[in-house]
Amino acid sequence: MSDLTLTPNIPGADDFYAELIAAHEGLTDAESQAFNARLVLLLANHIGDRTVISQALAAAARKE
Amino acid sequence: MNKIFEIPLYPYAKSPDQDATTPVRHQVVVIGAGPIGLGAAIDLAQQGIEVVVLDDNDKVSFGSRAVCYAKRPLEILDRLGCGHPMVDKGVKWNLGKVFFDQRKVYEFNLLPEDGHEFPAFINLQQYYFEEYMVNRVRELQEQGAPIEIRGRNKVSAIGQHDTHVTLEVETPEGPYNVEADWLIACDGAGSNTRAMLGLDFVGRVFEDNFLIADVIMDAEFPTERWFWFDPPFNRGQSALLHKQPDGVWRIDLQLGWDIDKEREKRPENVIPRLKAMLGEDVNFELEWVSIYTFQCRRMEQFRHGRVLFAGDAAHQVSPFGARGANSGLQDTDNLCWKLKLVMDGKAPETLLDSYDVERIHGADENILNSSRSTDFITPKSNISRTLRDAVLDLAEQYEFARPLVNSGRLSVPCTYDGSPLNTPDALPGAPARSRPGSPCADAPLGQGYLLPQLADRFTLLTLNADAPDGLDIDGIPVTRLALDGKDDPTGALADRYLGGEKSAVYLIRPDQHVAARWAAYDETATRDALRRAIGKA
Ligand SMILES: Cc1cc2nc3c(=O)[nH]c(=O)nc-3n(C[C@H](O)[C@H](O)[C@H](O)COP(=O)(O)OP(=O)(O)OC[C@H]3O[C@@H](n4cnc5c(N)ncnc54)[C@H](O)[C@@H]3O)c2cc1C
Repeated sequence: MSDLTLTPNIPGADDFYAELIAAHEGLTDAESQAFNARLVLLLANHIGDRTVISQALAAAARKE
Repeated sequence: MNKIFEIPLYPYAKSPDQDATTPVRHQVVVIGAGPIGLGAAIDLAQQGIEVVVLDDNDKVSFGSRAVCYAKRPLEILDRLGCGHPMVDKGVKWNLGKVFFDQRKVYEFNLLPEDGHEFPAFINLQQYYFEEYMVNRVRELQEQGAPIEIRGRNKVSAIGQHDTHVTLEVETPEGPYNVEADWLIACDGAGSNTRAMLGLDFVGRVFEDNFLIADVIMDAEFPTERWFWFDPPFNRGQSALLHKQPDGVWRIDLQLGWDIDKEREKRPENVIPRLKAMLGEDVNFELEWVSIYTFQCRRMEQFRHGRVLFAGDAAHQVSPFGARGANSGLQDTDNLCWKLKLVMDGKAPETLLDSYDVERIHGADENILNSSRSTDFITPKSNISRTLRDAVLDLAEQYEFARPLVNSGRLSVPCTYDGSPLNTPDALPGAPARSRPGSPCADAPLGQGYLLPQLADRFTLLTLNADAPDGLDIDGIPVTRLALDGKDDPTGALADRYLGGEKSAVYLIRPDQHVAARWAAYDETATRDALRRAIGKA
C-alpha cells in the first residue's frame, strides 16, 4: 500500500503547467469542465490504487 | 528635489563633427545611453575601440524602472568596472513570500550557493545603475580611452551601406551627419532605428495595466520580496512590494485592462490605493509613479548587416522575473568580443551571425519564462484562474504545489546549447553546469575569485593538467590559467569543473562562456576548438 505523493514529483513544473493551460485554450467554460472531468478519470485510473485515490479526494476536499 | 535623474549627466555640448564639411567616420556608434548602450560602449572602449554614444536625452533613466539585478549581469558589470559600486549600494535579499487573499501560502529562500563573489540578486534603482556606468565612462575618458557620450543627439535617419552606416543626427544647434563602421542600436523598446529600417517587432501584448510606484517611507517591512495574489486591498488583482536602497520601496499594483491611465496616475488616486496596502498610518512620499502595459516580443533577427540590435530594442519582456536589463547586458557581453575580432580582421564577419543565434536563444528563453509568469499572474480565462487559485490553495498545505506557483521566475544566465561556436563535449563526466555553451560559474581561489581571471580574452583553464603557458592561434592569444588543488580552498572549483574527473582543460571565451572541454591538453583539438569559437569552422 502506498501513500499519496505530496512532495514535488513532476520534473519541469513550469512546462507541465503551461501544457495544462494550453490544453484548455479555446474551450468554453463548460467544455473545460468536461475536459477536467475526463482528465480526473484518466489519472485516477492510471493511479489505480484505491487508497491513494481516497487520500487525493480527501486532500482536495480540505479546501473549497 | 534634486534627484540624480533630474540632473543632466551628459549635457549637450557641440562636437567638432557638427562643423565638419564631410561626415566624420567613427569605428562604432551606439544609439542610446540606457544601461545596454552604455554597457556596449564601455566594453568596446576597454578593448581600445573608438566609440560614440548618441542619446536624445541628457539624463539617466527617469524614475527607477528596473530594480532587480541577478548575479550574471553583476559579473558582467564587474568586467566593465561597475560591479562593485552596484553591490555596495544595492539591497541584498533572499527571502520571498507569496500571499493569497489574507494568507501567506508560500515562502521561498533563494539560498545563494556559497563561493561566488557576487550575490544572487540585488535591488537597485536603475538611475543609480546608469549613474555608475556614466561614472565609469568618465573614468575611462580620464585614462584616455576613446569613448564619448553626446547628450541631446537624436538619430533621425540611417543609411546602410556595405562598408559603413550613415546617420543623420538632430541637436539643439541643428542637424549633422556622421558615419560609423558599425552601428549598435540600443534605443530601447520604442526603437526608432527599428522603425527607420522598416523592421518588425512582433509578439504578445498582455491586456493588463500595472501601476508602478516608488515610495519613500520609513517602514517596518523586512528586506524580502512580497507578492500577493488577490489581496483584500487590490481585489482580483496582484501586488508586489520590494525594497530598494535609500528607504525607497517598489510597489506594483495590477489594475486590469479597462482603466483610465491618466486618472489612475494622479496622486489623489494613487495615494488611497497605497494607503489601503500599507496601512493608514504609514507615512510615505511618492518618488515616481507610472502605468505600464507589458509586452513579450522580439525582432526576427538582431543583426542587419552592419547594424546590430541589443537590449530592449531587440527584445522586450514583461518585468516578472527581472529579465530586461539582465538579458540586455548578456547581449552586449556576447557581442562586443566578437565585434572586436571582426574589426581586427581576426575573425570572419560571419562570427556576428552567431550573436543572432545565441542571443535569440536567450531572448526566447526569457520570453517563454516571463510569458508564463504573466499568464499565472493574469489568468486569461476562467479555467486558467480556477487552476491558478487551486495551485495557490494547495500550496499553503502541500509542498508539491509550490513549484507551480509562478510570481516570476528570476533571471538565470543563458547556456548556449547547440551554438555553432561550441565544440562537442569531450568530457561529459564533468559537471553538466560547465558543459560547452555555459557561462562559467564563479569559485573562490586561494586569493580572490575565478571569474576576474577569465575576462576579456580566450583562456585555457587547466585543472591538474599540463599545457603550454601561452598559445597564439591565428593571431589570437590564448592565456593559460593553471589551477590545481592548492588553488581550491573550499573544493568549489573541483565541484563545479571536475566532478568525478581527475583533470580537465577548458577553453573559455572572452565572455566567460565555455567553448570546449577535454580531460587533457591536445594542441590540434585546442586549435580546432578556437577556430570554431571564432566562426571559422
Ligand atoms: C517597471 C519596470 C520594471 C523593470 N524591472 C526590471 C528589473 O527588475 N530587472 C531588469 O533587468 N529589467 C527590468 N526592467 C527592464 C529594464 O528597465 C529595461 O530592460 C532596460 O532599461 C533596457 O535598457 P536599454 O538600454 O535596452 O533601453 P532603454 O533603457 O530604454 O534606453 C534607450 C535609450 O535610447 C535613447 N534613444 C531612443 N531613441 C533614440 C534616438 N532616436 N536617438 C538617440 N537616442 C535615442 C533613449 O533616450 C534611452 O536613453 C523593468 C522595466 C520596467 C518598465
